[in-house]
Amino acid sequence: MDKKIFERWAKETPKIRENIIKMIHQCQSGHPGGSLSAVEIIYSLFAKDGIMNHDPAKFDTIKERDRFILSKGHGIPALYATLHAVGYDISEKELMTLRHVDSRLQGHPDRVRLPFVEASTGSLGQGASIAQGLAMAYKLDKINNHIYCVIGDGEMQEGQIWEVALSAPHQKLNNLTVILDYNKGQIDGMTNDILKIDPPEEKWKAFGWHVQVVDGHIYEEIVNALKNTHPDKPSMIVAHTIKGKGISFMEEDTVKWHGVGPTDDELKIALDDIRNNNTIGL
Amino acid sequence: MSKIATRKSFGKALEELGDKYPEVVCLDADLSKSTQSQLFAKKYPDRFFEMGIQEANMIGCATGMAFAGKIPFICSFSAFLTGRYDQIRISVGYADANVKLIGTHSGVGIGEDGYSQMGLEDLALMRTLPNMVVLQPADDKETREMIEWAINHKGPVYFRLTRHGLKEMNMDKFEKPGIYPQLKEGEKIAFLASGGLLEYAFDAAKNLQNSGKINPAVYNANCANPLDNAFMSMLAENYQEFVVFEDHTVTGGIGSAISEWMSEFAVTPKRVRRYGVMNVYGESGTPEDLYKKHGFTTEAICEYAQKNLI
Repeated sequence: MDKKIFERWAKETPKIRENIIKMIHQCQSGHPGGSLSAVEIIYSLFAKDGIMNHDPAKFDTIKERDRFILSKGHGIPALYATLHAVGYDISEKELMTLRHVDSRLQGHPDRVRLPFVEASTGSLGQGASIAQGLAMAYKLDKINNHIYCVIGDGEMQEGQIWEVALSAPHQKLNNLTVILDYNKGQIDGMTNDILKIDPPEEKWKAFGWHVQVVDGHIYEEIVNALKNTHPDKPSMIVAHTIKGKGISFMEEDTVKWHGVGPTDDELKIALDDIRNNNTIGL
Repeated sequence: MSKIATRKSFGKALEELGDKYPEVVCLDADLSKSTQSQLFAKKYPDRFFEMGIQEANMIGCATGMAFAGKIPFICSFSAFLTGRYDQIRISVGYADANVKLIGTHSGVGIGEDGYSQMGLEDLALMRTLPNMVVLQPADDKETREMIEWAINHKGPVYFRLTRHGLKEMNMDKFEKPGIYPQLKEGEKIAFLASGGLLEYAFDAAKNLQNSGKINPAVYNANCANPLDNAFMSMLAENYQEFVVFEDHTVTGGIGSAISEWMSEFAVTPKRVRRYGVMNVYGESGTPEDLYKKHGFTTEAICEYAQKNLI
């Protein structure tokens, strides 16, 4: 893929970060850290010239579209902001209804209110199984599309993740790629202090996955890994990321910024940080 | 006439309907011989998925398959399936996924395996989910009718099936959930009975009528959610008192559902008595011994009626 595409994406993503932080600020709740860590991963899939075969204008009419499941449902501001950025029917005004009563933009994904999110997640572990099921159904129908699923590192502590880890390779689901947003933090502390998941790549490899390790904030690495699938194994991409990526005070205190909204003053600093840095992703 | 377990009726129905409905797929978690999904598995090996002992993942995978246009039936013991309540609640219920849950081995009627394998609280769990249709067929024909109905219904459906054989009660029509078929006319008192208890409630009502003291009507209480307001109103207008019989804990079952309706919505609130597993855990024993212990016999029901209703 042409490097100019990645340069263009790097110029487009600050707007996504800006919307994420504004959305969380206006309702004073939500999960900035784990939303900002997943921005490049999600944008690599949805961006124009990105990996996924999808059409915002014809959503739901294309059965063979590639599917994206955000299993770490608390990272949803990143997905809402991305869907808006690439042309799905969510206006900037609607983005700012996040977590309001009657909004389609629930605090965690709700596919009944907003079908674009593809699955209702938020209870960790469940989205990965749903992604596996989509892969099973399309494989049965011999449809040549691909299912992508983002899980969190804290989420790797859930038993259901290990059911998927065992099951998807058994079924040879080469049409499934799970991406671990390895941002090292969870609510109560650093992931490897709370319940060690290291080394994730060896664990997934032992379960029979095609494992690749990337820097989750470098488009070229993410895209190359997404393209490099295996003929008969599901793929796991361990993406090393930084919680709160792009906002100085969040990167410095990642655990604090798991699940709180910024104050008015913090919002100003955050927006300055975002606007002054359009090289994230390169 | 020989009795047929509703799990077997399900297995045969799905096997027979597989050709007519190519979107139907079936998943099981290492219990296909018990749930009888093995019949579908043999006939449609490509559309059957042996998931291994992974009920949570099976529920999620079925959800994903439903989102891709399939009509998945997922099978396990009712205890193990509804034990994964969070997966059913979020992946299936909240997302309105078109998944059909087959919970077999419900009630103390499973016998020797004991409490850990008995679905005794499954109705209580499933009927709290607003869009979950919760069905308990009473015989072979009704199970088959309901399975085809569920295939054509868009949305989640939970089936409560039995390990043990149920007597043919001629339930050959199922139109919609919440309308209970009537088996016997009567006055003042109505017996509403589900699954394995319908046979005994029916026989008890006939005996009581013959005794000349009371003449209970009998209905097949085949659905715990949704209840039909018009049908419930009709019951409330026509009878003074109800007894609800079920092989399920009395807390949260069909008896509870009907009590809630009758106390809140009936023009004149009606007394509803719950007759089931009286807030105790299950145990091992032959199905016959356990049914006797819990009063699930014609004689015990007659005795209960003599004591409480006359």
